[in-house]
Amino acid sequence: MPAELEPGGHESPEDAASPAHALELLCHLGPAAHGSTACVAWEPAGDGKRVISLADNHILLWDLQESSSQAVLASSASLEGKGQLKFTTGRWSPHHNCTQVATANDTAVRGWDTRTMSQIYCIESAHGQLVRDLDFNPNKQYYLASCGDDCRVKFWDTRNVTEPIKTLEEHSHWVWSVRYNHSHDQLVLTGSSDSRVILSNMVSISSEPFGHLVDDDDLSDQEERRPEEKSQEPPQDSVIATYEEHEDSVYAVDWSSADPWLFASLSYDGRLVINRVPRALKYHILL
Amino acid sequence: MAAAAAGRGPGSGPGDSPEGPEAEAPERRRKAHGMLKLYYGLSEVEAAGRPAGPDPLDPIDLNGAHFDPEVYLDKLRRECPLAQLMDSETDMVRQIRALDSDMQTLVYENYNKFISATDTIRKMKNDFRKMEDEMDRLATNMAVITDFSARISATLQDRHERITKLAGVHALLRKLQFLFELPSRLTKCVELGAYGQAVRYQGRARAVLQQYQHLPSFRAIQDDCQVITARLAQQLRQRFREGGSGAPEQAECVELLLALGEPAEELCEEFLAHGRGRLEEELRSLEAELGPSPPAPDVLEFTDRGGSGFVGGLCQVAAAYQELFAAQGPAGAEKLAAFARELGSRYFALVERRLAQEQGGSDNSLLVRALDRFHRRLRAPGALLAAAGLAEAATGIVERVARERLGQHLQGLQSAFLGCLTDVRQALAAPRVAGKEGPGLAELLANVASSTLSHIKASLASVHLFTAKEVSFSNKPYFRGEFCSQGVRESLIVGFIRSMCQTAQNFCDSPGEKGGATPPALLLLLSRLCLDYETATISYILTLTDEQFLVQDQFPVTPVSTLCAEARETARRLLTHYVKVQGLVISQMLRKSVETRDWLSTLEPRNVRAVMKRVVEDTTAIDVQVGLLYEEGVRKAQSSDSSKRTFSVYSSSRQQGRYAPSYTPSAPMDTNLLSNIQKLFSERIDVFSPVEFNKVSVLTGIIKISLKTLLECVRLRTFGRFGLQQVQVDCHFLQLYLWRFVADEELVHLLLDEVVASAALRCPDPVPMEPSVVEVICERG
Repeated sequence: MPAELEPGGHESPEDAASPAHALELLCHLGPAAHGSTACVAWEPAGDGKRVISLADNHILLWDLQESSSQAVLASSASLEGKGQLKFTTGRWSPHHNCTQVATANDTAVRGWDTRTMSQIYCIESAHGQLVRDLDFNPNKQYYLASCGDDCRVKFWDTRNVTEPIKTLEEHSHWVWSVRYNHSHDQLVLTGSSDSRVILSNMVSISSEPFGHLVDDDDLSDQEERRPEEKSQEPPQDSVIATYEEHEDSVYAVDWSSADPWLFASLSYDGRLVINRVPRALKYHILL
Repeated sequence: MAAAAAGRGPGSGPGDSPEGPEAEAPERRRKAHGMLKLYYGLSEVEAAGRPAGPDPLDPIDLNGAHFDPEVYLDKLRRECPLAQLMDSETDMVRQIRALDSDMQTLVYENYNKFISATDTIRKMKNDFRKMEDEMDRLATNMAVITDFSARISATLQDRHERITKLAGVHALLRKLQFLFELPSRLTKCVELGAYGQAVRYQGRARAVLQQYQHLPSFRAIQDDCQVITARLAQQLRQRFREGGSGAPEQAECVELLLALGEPAEELCEEFLAHGRGRLEEELRSLEAELGPSPPAPDVLEFTDRGGSGFVGGLCQVAAAYQELFAAQGPAGAEKLAAFARELGSRYFALVERRLAQEQGGSDNSLLVRALDRFHRRLRAPGALLAAAGLAEAATGIVERVARERLGQHLQGLQSAFLGCLTDVRQALAAPRVAGKEGPGLAELLANVASSTLSHIKASLASVHLFTAKEVSFSNKPYFRGEFCSQGVRESLIVGFIRSMCQTAQNFCDSPGEKGGATPPALLLLLSRLCLDYETATISYILTLTDEQFLVQDQFPVTPVSTLCAEARETARRLLTHYVKVQGLVISQMLRKSVETRDWLSTLEPRNVRAVMKRVVEDTTAIDVQVGLLYEEGVRKAQSSDSSKRTFSVYSSSRQQGRYAPSYTPSAPMDTNLLSNIQKLFSERIDVFSPVEFNKVSVLTGIIKISLKTLLECVRLRTFGRFGLQQVQVDCHFLQLYLWRFVADEELVHLLLDEVVASAALRCPDPVPMEPSVVEVICERG
């Protein structure tokens, strides 16, 4: 079955603002005989002409032509190995001039260089069971979050793939989705089929840990330094809140692209819940 | 007296007191006494105090001392009429008579005494006369003797003085002769080797020579003596340095040298240097025994040899030194202490090396005996040389060894425990082939528990040797306090239990993909083991330890409750992990079965799929396995009266109700609404939740995980009509067989209903199968 492009979400915000705007088919990805598509991911920056799609064990890089009316297969690679390997999900890294893509298949997470379409790293058995979702830290190169059927959320430095930097084990069933906040990457959102959404504060591995908010140069003043040192003490990773509004498995969570303190979660029963980061935490981060 | 009283009785003269004759008697007696006293010149004043007596100075008182007859008579004549005068006259006459008779009686009574007194006095007179004569003779004799004596003295005076002078000259001559002979005598002594004699001579002559050295002849002698003495000293030193002789002779040499006035400072140095040489010899021989080759003599022999050779030698040196150089004061003692400290530390280093070689061995009694010898031996020099701290250092070594020994025992226990686990793994792997894995599990548990316990007991017993009464170091404060509480109890026993828990927990911590290497049965067994430890074994072991080692309370010790909590936590984690692993096995099976099938083009269901039967079989096997080690546990009350039959009918009808509305056009909305409403009333299911220590809870956990997986997998697929019906059949089958394993069967209903509902939602053509047909298929399959 050829993969069908479902645009709309990827269009510019101005387009989304007009509700009457009807969706129209721009182009097909492929006539690819690559099997069923598991995931499509747009280039996160640049001129928006490149798309990655994952189909069975193939990773395909498409080049949308000027008018976006035609997709040309720019390059591809495929995963070879024992048994039937299938990609489950993929994610485009916003760093390195958008030349890296991370994919998940079964329990492994792999990184690809889109210029050569070759594997650059591989986290074998990143999770005990299937890996469900990936997300790159938007502010910190090499940092990657993954979640999976072993109820865990793991944070990786892709330069050292032997050990996760951090592991969260808060959910009681498969974790389906993990998302970094776009601007404050200590805020991590996870949704799980135990019907819970958990917002965690991963201060220790964020790009803006406590105590670095003020530049070291400004710290010459002793009075200023003292309260600063006090606030340095509690950079503890913690669960900020657990949202239990959903009655069924939560399959997707994401942050608002407009307001960094807003997020939504979607569950099987069709319920969409929109929440805000607690005010106290917000001020704590901002001030 | 009696006659006087009787005589006076009828009279009633003026002297009579009016009271009558009864009161008269004492009065009269007193009067008589008074007269006697008067006679003997005793003052009547003493008696004057008597109240009844009349004034003694009264001149008219007949009985008074100052009685004046004229005054009395005048008074009578003037005052009394004639008749009264007559009366008083007769009365007076009668009284006089009575007094006469009284006097007579007294004389008669005391006659004998007077006679004998007179005799005695006469005899005394005679004796004294004789004595006087003899005294006179004595006096004359004495005078004669004195005379003679004076004469003799005078005669001998002369001669005596001469004799005294001669004696003085003789003594002087002898001294002189001694002095003149001294050089030759000294030479002779030196030649004969009688150094002691020579030194004594020298000592005697030295002062004199010193005094008279201004006389040329004495000077010559002195010079000679000095030369000889120097030679003597030379020879003594020679002998001392040669060192062939034993320590006592050495000491003698040093003593002589000291007597010769050699500088003590230098001598102590030399003495110590010499002692060092010999002791180093001992140390070298000990070191040779250590050698690079495996130690030939056992540790007991080694410490024995060290004790008798080195420590004995050190004792001798120290004792001799203290005797010889006692005059040296604290500086000398300090020197000796430094000496002992240095050599002692080298000896200790050797002993420690030897003991380190022993660390591998397992024979504690030998080691303890060796340490005992070692420690006992060092007590003597320790007492001798308190400053060198040898005894303390020895105690330190013993303590270190004991500590290391404890560490070894801990390691031994740990490796024994790991060995047990390996055995269990093998046992678990082996009988699975033989097909009778079942009954072994409880036995294996008992084996592990008993062998671990016996290892612990063996370790305790062998460590106990360190604190035995007859061992010399057992009363050191370390062995009484810290060794027992911190060493044995805390680091050995508590440490082992902790490490056991840790080892067990490591099986959980190994990441999921590697967790497959651990057989689930082992997890189950370990969990039960930890639980048993929590309930009984820990407190038993600790009580045993406390009893054997009489742990004193000065150190804080880990309470039993903390350990129990740790063990319980471990047991809980293991069991939870077991549930996860087993749940994963079954859910993988279910997931594969859902994912690999083409549900759109499946045929009308005729049978329950084989995988479902497999799931039920596996669950039953797990049930049996868990049942071997854990108790049944409690179910919710409602399950007890629900039979298989009623249950299936109930669930089928519910299913009917659930997706009946999907026939209508607005089907998805309604289904959602329905399921939402239903969920409002059902509790949220924690899929991977902590389990309790019973079979039902374990099985519930496993089944929850499996069914939730089935649900999630079904939601990812698209079903044709027959696909849906197949799911329906499968779920009904599961309902039929799984409810009995879980605590709350409602849970199974809920999850399975959810599966069927989700499948119906993913079906473009949701036509459910008739419940009766479903039942028939299920019962057939």
